[in-house]
Amino acid sequence: MSMIEIKNVSKWYGDFQVLTDCTTDVKKGEVVVVCGPSGSGKSTLIKTVNALEPFQKGDIIVDGISVGDPKTDLPKLRARIGMVFQNFELFPHLSITENLTIAQQRVLGRSKDEAMQKGMHYLDRVGLKAQANKFPGQLSGGQQQRVAIARALAMDPIAMLFDEPTSALDPEMVNEVLDVMVELAHEGMTMMCVTHEMGFARKVANRVIFMDRGAIVEDCEKEEFFGNIDARSERARQFLSKILAH
Amino acid sequence: MDFSQIIPSLPSLWDGMKLTLQLLLLAVAGGIALGTVLALARMSNSALLSGFAKAYVNYFRSIPLLLVITWFYLAVPMILNWITGEFVAVGAFTSCLVAFVMFEAAYYCEIVRAGIQSISKGQINAAYAVGMTYSQAMRLIILPQAFRKMTPLLLQQTIILFQDTSLVYAVGLIDFLNAARARGDIMGQSHEFLIFAGAVYFVISFGASSLVKRLQKRLAV
Ligand SMILES: Nc1ncnc2c1ncn2[C@@H]1O[C@H](COP(=O)(O)OP(=O)(O)OP(=O)(O)O)[C@@H](O)[C@H]1O
Ligand SMILES: [Mg+2]
Repeated sequence: MSMIEIKNVSKWYGDFQVLTDCTTDVKKGEVVVVCGPSGSGKSTLIKTVNALEPFQKGDIIVDGISVGDPKTDLPKLRARIGMVFQNFELFPHLSITENLTIAQQRVLGRSKDEAMQKGMHYLDRVGLKAQANKFPGQLSGGQQQRVAIARALAMDPIAMLFDEPTSALDPEMVNEVLDVMVELAHEGMTMMCVTHEMGFARKVANRVIFMDRGAIVEDCEKEEFFGNIDARSERARQFLSKILAH
Repeated sequence: MDFSQIIPSLPSLWDGMKLTLQLLLLAVAGGIALGTVLALARMSNSALLSGFAKAYVNYFRSIPLLLVITWFYLAVPMILNWITGEFVAVGAFTSCLVAFVMFEAAYYCEIVRAGIQSISKGQINAAYAVGMTYSQAMRLIILPQAFRKMTPLLLQQTIILFQDTSLVYAVGLIDFLNAARARGDIMGQSHEFLIFAGAVYFVISFGASSLVKRLQKRLAV
């Protein structure tokens, strides 16, 4: 069963076409990694899934609900999809606890106690229970990103979107975030991850998508993507040789 | 120079100062509230709303405050009369307050707009991503951060407004300056009373400005 279905999506900024006829899907429990060179439209594509970026053509169906339909209640739909950003985007004026509970209370209407319980449960899971009363600015990048993941999980999402969650981190902090994501994948969370961490892709991805200049150039099983390099497109091979050399 | 009559006059000067401060506080609260609404309108996707807000700001920033005060003194009772169909007595205080709120909102609007624009796009995206509506994202996430950043500018504008409140003499309100002038005339010490009033305005404005500068440094860290 498809959790996220992207159907012939195209998007323009004025005359410039950012997305060209993108089609793919993410099944329930599947982990799909999206990679590609800078400016290829990865962030734009993943943000169309929860309508942070509007698109002009095609449609996206999330758990049976059309994102493109103007009648869709977008806040309600977004509340069911977790998203993790490159720059964490914790709310800096709120404590870690408040970051975890504010949307549960204001959006889902949970009681303060319930929101606290849920928030603390996930904060504990990402190993940061001791930081509950601090503010985001007092945490390291890796810690902030783990809180951001906990914030998304506390909403009980049906799927999680990640946009380069580790690329703003110092190298020594990348693994603490990847570990949380690997664990999440093993628990069966549906995940769409923009990342260049090929180790992560090898370990938990079911499929790998390669984008170039706004189009989906490759979309195949992980074994095929990494195992049969010769069958990949010229651009994908170039890209892979560049990032695997690192 | 003979300042001897100032001490016995302090109670009536204080009455004037109370009016000044009352007007100031209400005008600041109203001006920031209206200014925030205008800023949101100015930044909205609706061409109509943003065009209206832009025209409003440009208009009120292009006319003298004194004109607005006198005009509202005449216009507010007339407009209320026209709406309600009966004669409503509006005091000079109320009409001045309306004038200040509407005039200052144009300035506060630009400050609030700059404050909101200084918050990164990622924050509004993060607020939307957890399911917040536009109004929740603004109230809970964007505005609290923006107001924190623009506190020094808002205070600076408020100090200017504090000095501008003296213009209410035009419609006969007894604010601090007007009280000092009237009292000085009665006591035959006009010069001394005006010098004293000037000193009071200076101490309050300069003191507040220095506080703002210190606050600015603290917020910048
Ligand atoms: N608001 C905008 N207006 C015009 N062009 C934009 C806008 N936002 C993004 N673009 C362009 O769209 C293209 C795709 O951007 P996007 O951020 O999706 O790329 P990306 O694959 O995520 O790149 P990166 O790896 O650098 O994050 C880029 O060429 C970018 O310059
Ligand atoms: Mg990107």
